[in-house]
Amino acid sequence: MKTNFSIILAALLLAVVAQAKLNIVATTPDLGAIAKEIGGDAITLTTLAKPTEDPHFVDAKPSFIVKLNRADVVIEGGAELEIGWLPALLDQSRNEKLAAGAPGHVNCAKGVPLMDVPATLDRSRGDIHAAGNPHYIIAPSNAKIVAQNIAAALAEVDAKNAETYRANLQKFTATLDAKITEWQQTLAPFKGASVVAYHDSWPYFARDFGLKIELYLEPKPGVPPTPSHLAEVIMKMKKEKAQVIIVDPYLNRRTAETVARDTGAVVLDVTQFPGGLKGTEGGYIQLEDYLVNALAKAFAGEK
Amino acid sequence: MSGTAQAKETNEVEQLKQQLRQMQEGFEKVQREQSAQINALTQKLEAFTRVQSAAGENQKLAAQLEAEMASSLSNAPAIPEKKPWSPADTLTVARAGSAYMNMSFDAMMVAGGSTMSDPSAQLQLGDHDPIKNGFSLRNAEIALDGAVDPYFKGFANIVLKLDKNNQTDIELEEAYAQSTSLPANLQVKAGQFFAAFGRSNAQHPHQWAFVDAPIIMTRAFGPDGLRNIGAQGSWLLPLPLFTELTLGVFDGQGSTMFGFRNPGDPDALGVDRFHGRQTLNIGLRGPQDLVWTPRIASSFDLTEQQTVVLGASAAFGPNDTGADTRTQIYGVDLYWKWKAADAHEGFPYVSWQTEALYEILEAGADPTASTPLPAETLRDWGCYSQVLWGFKPRWVAGLRGEYADGNTGTFDANDVFRGERERVSPVLTFYPSEFSKIRLQYNYDHGALFGNAHSIWLQLEFLLGAHGAHKF
Repeated sequence: MKTNFSIILAALLLAVVAQAKLNIVATTPDLGAIAKEIGGDAITLTTLAKPTEDPHFVDAKPSFIVKLNRADVVIEGGAELEIGWLPALLDQSRNEKLAAGAPGHVNCAKGVPLMDVPATLDRSRGDIHAAGNPHYIIAPSNAKIVAQNIAAALAEVDAKNAETYRANLQKFTATLDAKITEWQQTLAPFKGASVVAYHDSWPYFARDFGLKIELYLEPKPGVPPTPSHLAEVIMKMKKEKAQVIIVDPYLNRRTAETVARDTGAVVLDVTQFPGGLKGTEGGYIQLEDYLVNALAKAFAGEK
Repeated sequence: MSGTAQAKETNEVEQLKQQLRQMQEGFEKVQREQSAQINALTQKLEAFTRVQSAAGENQKLAAQLEAEMASSLSNAPAIPEKKPWSPADTLTVARAGSAYMNMSFDAMMVAGGSTMSDPSAQLQLGDHDPIKNGFSLRNAEIALDGAVDPYFKGFANIVLKLDKNNQTDIELEEAYAQSTSLPANLQVKAGQFFAAFGRSNAQHPHQWAFVDAPIIMTRAFGPDGLRNIGAQGSWLLPLPLFTELTLGVFDGQGSTMFGFRNPGDPDALGVDRFHGRQTLNIGLRGPQDLVWTPRIASSFDLTEQQTVVLGASAAFGPNDTGADTRTQIYGVDLYWKWKAADAHEGFPYVSWQTEALYEILEAGADPTASTPLPAETLRDWGCYSQVLWGFKPRWVAGLRGEYADGNTGTFDANDVFRGERERVSPVLTFYPSEFSKIRLQYNYDHGALFGNAHSIWLQLEFLLGAHGAHKF
C-alpha cells in the first residue's frame, strides 16, 4: 500500500514537473527564436505569425485565442507591430496572466530606442507608426535588449528557473557579441553602401551595420509602388550606385525585379524572421548570419 | 595667644575645606551635566550615522545598478535628447498606446439608385442601407473603446445618420462594459449591445463586405439587427479546439428586438402594428418575457492557411402581437478563410461566409384590422452566402447570393418583411488604405411583392483616429 502511494505520488510529481514547463506564446518567429534561446528546455513555445507573413496583417484566428488562454507568458514586439490583431485576441483570451502590465505580458520594445517616431500623427504620409518604426528586432543591438526583457520576465514569472534564464541570457548575449564583431567585420568593406528596400522596415539593421537603406520601392509606407516613384528611385539608385534591392517574402518581388533590370542591381531575398527563407530556420543568429553573408556577397557582385 | 591663633587656623581650614567641597560639588555638577550632554550628543550622533550609512548604502546600490544597467545597454545607441516644446509644434490630442482609449470616427456615404423610386420601401430594409436614390449617409459612427480599470473594458458606438430629409438622427448603438479578469474562462458583458447571433449581426457596417445588410437578417432581426439592453455571459471551453458558449439575456422591448416585444410601426391612423397586428405593449411581466440568446461557436485551422468557424445560435422570447405569443429564431453560420502563406498586407485571400435562419413567430389574432387577422404561426426562413476574393493588395471582389421565403400568412400581401425574395450582388471594393474604401455594388433583386429590381450603389468610407482591432 505504501509503495503504491509513493508510486502515485511520484507519478503526480512527474505530471506536475511536465506541466511546470512555462507555456510561452510569441507573436512573431523572431521573438520566438530569442525566447527559445532564453527559455531553453524550461519552456514550451508557440509562435503565432508565420515567418513568411506580414507581421502587421496576421489574422486574429480563434485557434490563437485558445493558445493565449493557456499561456503563462505572451511576448510581443509592441510599438504597434501587432496592433491590428493582438488586442482582439487578448480580449477574448480570458487570461489574466497576460493582462497589460502583468509580468506575463512582455513588451519587448521596452528600453529599445525606437527610430522614426513621427513628430505629428498624420496619415497622409502613409501608414505611419505612432510609436516609431516597430521593425527593430532585426538589429542585433536590439536583439540584446529583447533578450534581456524576455529573461527578466521569465525570471519573474518562473522564479525557480531564474538562474537558468539568467545563464542562458549571458550565453546568448556573449555569442551575439562575438557574432556582432564578426558581422561588422564582414560588412565593414561596404560601409555606407546604399541598399534599396521595398518597405521601410530596415532602419535599425542599417544603423547597426553602417549601411544606407533609405530608398524604398513604396512611395509612402503601405502605399504600393507607382511608376513615377519607381522612376525616381531608379534615378537615385544610379546616382548613389545602389546595387542591391532587398525584398521580404511577403512583398512583391516582381516590382523589385523590374527596377533591378533597369539599374543592373541584384534582387536579394531577405527576411526578418527565422524560417522566412531556406537556411534561416536555425534561429536568430543563423538568420543574421544569412543576411550578413548574403548582403556581403551581393555587394561583392556575386549573383 | 596660641588659643586664638589655633582657633583662627581651624577656621581658615574649615573655610578652605568648605570652598573645596563647593568646588568639588560644582565640578561634579559640571561633569554630570557635561557627561549628560556628551551622552545625548553621542546618541544623536549614533542615530545620525545610522541614517547616513543607510543612505550611503542606497547611493552605492543605485550607482551599482546604474553601472550595471549602463553596461547592459552599452551597445545600444543613446536615446536622443528630447527637443523642448515650442508653440509651433503640433499638439497631439490622442495617440495610440498613450491615450486612455481608442477613439475613431467612421463615415460611410452611398451614391446610386435603383429602378424603384423609393428603394427603402421594399428593397433596402436595413437601417444602414442606402435610403434613397441619389445620396445617402446612413452610418457615421463615433467608436470609443478602452480599459476602464483592471476589471472592465468599455465600448461605445454612437451612430449619426441622415434621414430621407437629410435631418440627423442619433442613436446609442452600443454602450457596454466587458469583464477582463473573471476566473474559469468566463467573460461577462452588460449594457446595450448586439446579440451574439451568427456572424453578421454583431458586425458594424464598416466591417461589412457589402453596402447593405442581408435580407434574412433584416427579416428576422429588423432594420437595426438584434440589439438591446441586457447582459451576456460567455465561456471558453477548456478544449484544444476553440469552442465558446454564449448566453445573452435582453430586456426585449423595442424595435431593435424586432421579432419580440416590438411595438411595430404606426399605420395611417397612428395605431402601432407588427405583421399587420395591433401590438399590445404587454411589457415585462416576469423573467419569461426576457429574450434569451444562446450560441455555440467553434473554430479550427484546416491547414496553416485555412481557418473555419462554425456556429449555431438561437433567440427566444415573447412578441407583442398577442398576450401569450412567442417567437423562436434559429440560425447556423459558417465562415471559411484561406490566406496565402506569404500574404502581403493580408492579400491574397478567399473567404466564404454563409448564414441560414429559421424563425417561428406566433402571431396573435387582430379582428379589428382592416382585413381581420387570425392567430397564426408565421414561419420564415432564408440564407445568404458570400464569397470574397482579395485578389491583390487593396482589391476585393465579391459575390453574394440570397434567398428568403416563408409560409403563407394572412397579411402577406402588404408585408414587406415576408414572402419570397432573391437577390444577387456582385461587389468590387478598393481600399486606398486601411482607413478608406471605395465600393461599387450591383443588386439584382426579385420579390413576390415587387417583381424585378436593379440597383447600383457606390460607397465611400473613411475612418479617422484609432479604431480597436476586430475579431476574426
